[in-house]
Amino acid sequence: MTTQTNPTTPLLAIPAARAITTAGAALTLASTFLAWTWTAEFPGDLTVTGYPGGLQVLTLVGAALTLLFTLSGYGIKGLGWLTPGGTNSPVRLAALGVLGTMGFTFAAIAIKLGGIVNLEPGAWIGLVGALITVAASLGLPHDQNITDTTTPTPLERFLNSLRAPAPGRPKELPSWAEILIIVAAFGIGLYVITYGIDTEYPELFVGYLIISGFAVTALFKAGLMARLSALTTKYRTIAVAAAFVAAAAFPFTQTTDQFTLIAVNILIFATVALGLNIVVGLAGLLDLGYVAFLGVGAYTAALVSGTTASAFDVQFPFWASVLTGAAVSLIFGVVIGAPTLRLRGDYLAIVTLGFGEIFRIAVGNLDGVSGPQITNGPNGVPNIPDLNFLGYDFGESHTVLGFELGSYANYYLLMLLAMILVVLVFSRAGSSRIGRAWVAIREDETAATAMGINGFRVKLIAFALGATLAGIAGTVQAHVQSTVVPEMYVFAGPVPPNSAFLLAAVILGGMGTISGPLIGATLLYMIPAKLQFLQDYQLLGFGLALILLMRFRPEGLIANRRAKLEYHETDQLDAADKTLAGTTSGTTKAGA
Amino acid sequence: MNTMTTTTPETATTVLDASGVTMRFGGLTAVRNVDLTVNAGEIVGLIGPNGAGKTTFFNCLTGLYVPTEGKVRYKGTVLPPKPHLVTQAGIARTFQNIRLFANMTVLENVLVGRHTRTKEGLWSALLRGPGFKKAEAASHERAKELLEFIGLQDKADHLARNLPYGDQRKLEIARALASDPGLLLLDEPTAGMNPQETRVTEELIFAIRDMGIAVLVIEHDMRFIFNLCDRVACLVQGEKLVEGTPGDVQADERVVAAYLGTPFEDAPGADEVAEVEAAEAHSTTRTEGETQ
Ligand SMILES: Nc1ncnc2c1ncn2[C@@H]1O[C@H](COP(=O)(O)OP(=O)(O)OP(=O)(O)O)[C@@H](O)[C@H]1O
Ligand SMILES: [Mg+2]
Repeated sequence: MTTQTNPTTPLLAIPAARAITTAGAALTLASTFLAWTWTAEFPGDLTVTGYPGGLQVLTLVGAALTLLFTLSGYGIKGLGWLTPGGTNSPVRLAALGVLGTMGFTFAAIAIKLGGIVNLEPGAWIGLVGALITVAASLGLPHDQNITDTTTPTPLERFLNSLRAPAPGRPKELPSWAEILIIVAAFGIGLYVITYGIDTEYPELFVGYLIISGFAVTALFKAGLMARLSALTTKYRTIAVAAAFVAAAAFPFTQTTDQFTLIAVNILIFATVALGLNIVVGLAGLLDLGYVAFLGVGAYTAALVSGTTASAFDVQFPFWASVLTGAAVSLIFGVVIGAPTLRLRGDYLAIVTLGFGEIFRIAVGNLDGVSGPQITNGPNGVPNIPDLNFLGYDFGESHTVLGFELGSYANYYLLMLLAMILVVLVFSRAGSSRIGRAWVAIREDETAATAMGINGFRVKLIAFALGATLAGIAGTVQAHVQSTVVPEMYVFAGPVPPNSAFLLAAVILGGMGTISGPLIGATLLYMIPAKLQFLQDYQLLGFGLALILLMRFRPEGLIANRRAKLEYHETDQLDAADKTLAGTTSGTTKAGA
Repeated sequence: MNTMTTTTPETATTVLDASGVTMRFGGLTAVRNVDLTVNAGEIVGLIGPNGAGKTTFFNCLTGLYVPTEGKVRYKGTVLPPKPHLVTQAGIARTFQNIRLFANMTVLENVLVGRHTRTKEGLWSALLRGPGFKKAEAASHERAKELLEFIGLQDKADHLARNLPYGDQRKLEIARALASDPGLLLLDEPTAGMNPQETRVTEELIFAIRDMGIAVLVIEHDMRFIFNLCDRVACLVQGEKLVEGTPGDVQADERVVAAYLGTPFEDAPGADEVAEVEAAEAHSTTRTEGETQ
């Protein structure tokens, strides 16, 4: 093979690869307008010619994206902005996404309806088109040389064909245009996420996951995400505002409460995960019982909510119950943290794991039989009344700007406020003296104390802050659920949030980032909620996914600023990395 | 021969005064009854063969170890054996095996060094009042000054782990200086450096001394030590064997013997000088091998 002399040579030698890719993508695109199956038994209107439905729409979007990237590679004027980074790797990724969605649809129809006879020619055309696109796209040159080895294996060459260089400096645009781009990007983001939450049947959700996973990766490789993040850094306030406006717009897009409830739960889960990220991601403290602090907040709010099931005959206004919940969680955080944070990390993991279980079992026993009657034991505290804030009853529907907002929509907006609070705390604390001290402790505790950081104090602040934020989220959760039971706060279980899933959301999404845990929590909540048929295999799949992630992308889906730097300075990295690793893990006797 | 020379005039102010420091690990006495003083404006060297207890002695001074016996005074007050309080008091250090915050940027590393000289806590970070902004700006200013001082101003945004080896050592020094210390402890600051970098480091240490900071430095590179130091102490098997001017220590037969590990009989002559040279070369390569 002569290919080894020039690593940018394509994987497959195909003449006119780009033309064939274009044709393949166009073919798949066209096929989405044909009928794929003959019966409406397969959901999503795949029987109509001339009008794509359900999974066809997803395939259409993927094919269109592939087509655009491919055409941009021709140097067509007006499309160059699509690929400031890699040119051909996005094509390959998008093509793989199309093949994935198309192939999945094909298989799903065949399995659901019992045999490939149920497929109409349209589906065959689509599949053949997708296969042609992928094969031809492998004939396009690579965007980047292989640097780490001179004799790459085919797998290494394939993986390299998906890599792309970072984009160069962007052309200056007028600022109104740049702001418009930000707004448009968040609008599209809102639409995509809403589409995912609103998927009606599992097949559509799986297709959605496949195509959006590949498409987002393709956008990253094309350099568009880097462009966008450069813009959001430039107009930080506008970007943050746009993000929250987009999030707040969600309930206005809904006609029923069905999906708003899912969205509220995602928000609760994500907010708690973000709080945990302060503890784990910034300060590096492994907390395996974090959900207990959510429980402390929720139980506190429930007991002071005025429900008849409460042992206390009080009804606090909402602001007071939030403060009480936060204060009680804070106290628990300090009580758990103070004795253990003086010790090295492993002890904390064990103690928090124990605390999580003790909390659940204790509230299960405070039922008047095994202990004093406070929490109603396993039955929990039911009938927590809806919030009433300055006469605004959260339990009722309100009409705002001509849109009907149901009960869950009210809670959604309230929870969004709680999330904004946590985001604000995270970003402000993270980029300050105390945040740097947390990261320093995480990086090297001995060196950090030798630089004058009182390790115990700083860790206790992180731990207590994390507990308080979870407690605040808990107070809202109690009212959303209207019942709190001990079994909501387990270490691991099929329904998030539980301690294991919270930790997974942080690690999956990316430690030390804001968007990471939010995305991680969204995925971890939606996948089980949408794919109910997976029930039994869910934890298995979840474990496998985590292992694969740790193998291939240890920094999580979203790399934080520091990990990103690491990513960009690859040439320097290798040499220096080894020296530092060698010195820190080397002799134990020297240098304390 | 006069071994325990105290060349310091009585008038100089004592910055560090360690007396009778002993550190035992179970049956092993790593440091045995060591006295050492460092005066203002002085550069003092600490030498000794591998495993002599130099780093352990540093750890006793900085509170990482609680000495089994003995007291450490900084400018007259006894230091509590807590690392962060020692740094707060005014002693900063670097580590033999570089301990930077690898995943923080160069600038952030130095900013962490400012920790003891700033007070902004969680509330002030959350509320972001004018006081917070001012303190943060001042810290950044100072950190940038220090990066300029060591010549890393262009790499402020790089990750510490991505710096070349010599720069990492320099960054450790800048991070230590950020705490505005009165005494700087350097544990083998030139280990793994080439001769050119070593010379730059030498200049750097002189400049630090000229800023009014006393320096105590461990090093195996004898040429470096004897060029740099006003006074040198030699530690062997945990005990201070010799202390004096570089000239005295260089000529001391026991130092040579300790390094070569052979009995020494005749008066120093050409052979012995050669032996000392050999010992130097040997120890330098040893250190390099160890730290890379
Ligand atoms: N924490 C510890 N526990 C037990 N023994 C230790 C500990 N720290 C150091 N020692 C021992 O104390 C002795 C002195 O070690 P130290 O690291 O201080 O030597 P050093 O003079 O710095 O040597 P080098 O030139 O190799 O850095 C060694 O025998 C070492 O094994
Ligand atoms: Mg040492």
